[in-house]
Amino acid sequence: MYAFDIERPSTVSDAVKLLKESDENQPLSGGQTLIPTLKQRLAAPEKLISLTGIDEMKGICEDDDGRLCIGAATCHADVAAGAGKYPALAALARQIGDPAVRNRGTLGGSLANNDPSACYPSAVLGSGATVVTNSREIAADDYFQGMFATALEEGEIITEVKFPVPEKACYMKFEQPASRFALVGVFVAKYADGVRVAVTGASEEGVFRWTEAEEKLNSDFSSSALEGMSPPADNMISDLHGSGAYRAHLVGVMARRAVDAAH
Amino acid sequence: MAQVSMTVNGKPASGDIEGRTLLVDFLRDGLGLTGTHVGCDTSQCGACVVHVDGKAIKACTVFAAECEGSSVTTIEGIAAEDGTMSKVQDAFQTHHGLQCGFCTPGMVMSAEALLQENPTPSEAEIREYLEGNICRCTGYHNIVKAILAASGQDVSKIAAE
Ligand SMILES: Cc1cc2nc3c(=O)[nH]c(=O)nc-3n(C[C@H](O)[C@H](O)[C@H](O)COP(=O)(O)OP(=O)(O)OC[C@H]3O[C@@H](n4cnc5c(N)ncnc54)[C@H](O)[C@@H]3O)c2cc1C
Ligand code: FES
Ligand code: FES
Repeated sequence: MYAFDIERPSTVSDAVKLLKESDENQPLSGGQTLIPTLKQRLAAPEKLISLTGIDEMKGICEDDDGRLCIGAATCHADVAAGAGKYPALAALARQIGDPAVRNRGTLGGSLANNDPSACYPSAVLGSGATVVTNSREIAADDYFQGMFATALEEGEIITEVKFPVPEKACYMKFEQPASRFALVGVFVAKYADGVRVAVTGASEEGVFRWTEAEEKLNSDFSSSALEGMSPPADNMISDLHGSGAYRAHLVGVMARRAVDAAH
Repeated sequence: MAQVSMTVNGKPASGDIEGRTLLVDFLRDGLGLTGTHVGCDTSQCGACVVHVDGKAIKACTVFAAECEGSSVTTIEGIAAEDGTMSKVQDAFQTHHGLQCGFCTPGMVMSAEALLQENPTPSEAEIREYLEGNICRCTGYHNIVKAILAASGQDVSKIAAE
């Protein structure tokens, strides 16, 4: 690691102020992605602005519209234990990495990073959630902009995510056993105004909505409505863990399993 | 350089650190507590698991500065003052839950955390909880058996395959 300083502000506004001091300053949340990156010298911040001492960014509550609001610095273990109102989301958090990773890694860090194989992006996109930052609210459909790319601007901090709670939902993850990330993960959520299907781990473009499946499920919410379907393989990730065609096939399988298991 | 202070195994500890000083380096190099191992340094193997404020975390993937004011427990803090081993440690010995022993500090710290959360885990729950702890030697069988035994459960049903 190159040398840097760490600051631990206790409010969002202090954190934003510290970030604005230099383009070379960067937020640090659970560190479960950033610390390995720093060790590889793929990042060289001047200062890390730790978000872990900011109480207003932690915790789970419900807003007046019945949405589940989760602070961006809430760790995966706390979401697994505390998001009982949205069981599919709690179950997704419980499947991230291992217990020690879940005790540090956070929702905000996962979304800011937008790893193409990360779990949370599929829940946020699949729920049509709202990403709240220190300066604005961003709809999930506008937030994810391709592999490791998001709508966040320099110095902008995710503070909270608001999840509308569906009638039923399920996240099906086909785990890549070495990294424990998703080889393919499909999040299906059924709302009164329609079904959303979000896919992670598969596409070169990062998380995406499988709209063809959504249309079928809107008229018939059953796995048989998706029989034989899978998205086109052209844009799928091909690596030593699986070819693009294999991933495309898995998307269909995982989507059907998610529909069957949704509750 | 900055100062950091925390409680380690019940005793106050402080020292000079850089921003980039990892908790595991502060424990090993700063405090001489070399029981916490570094197996991979890439957040994969769990040899470095310690408890920070009661939660199992990978000490190679947290900065010492982030632990200011925290209460940290390492493998050195698990046995009683007089050296009497904890139930988990004792069961690892009785059931041969280790061979070379390199992964053992992390295994024990994860097992202690599991049993605090879930005092009578099933075999499947133990295996799931140990997903982030890698052992090159044992094949896990006796580790799982030791943890089942430490929780006071019958281990005959998972006796040698
Ligand atoms: C062994 C292992 C297994 C894992 N398995 C999985 C898995 O199965 N599924 C999965 O989804 N993930 C997995 N992860 C990743 C894990 O979930 C990370 O915790 C997460 O991706 C990043 O969150 P963090 O809080 O650790 O962020 P950090 O590492 O602290 O930060 C990540 C990036 O986000 C930025 N950032 C952090 N917080 C904010 C914020 N609030 N606003 C703006 N920018 C911010 C940082 O500057 C940095 O660029 C795994 C990690 C490890 C080490
Ligand atoms: S040394 Fe920390 S996880 Fe391997
Ligand atoms: S006993 Fe050798 S690595 Fe586990």
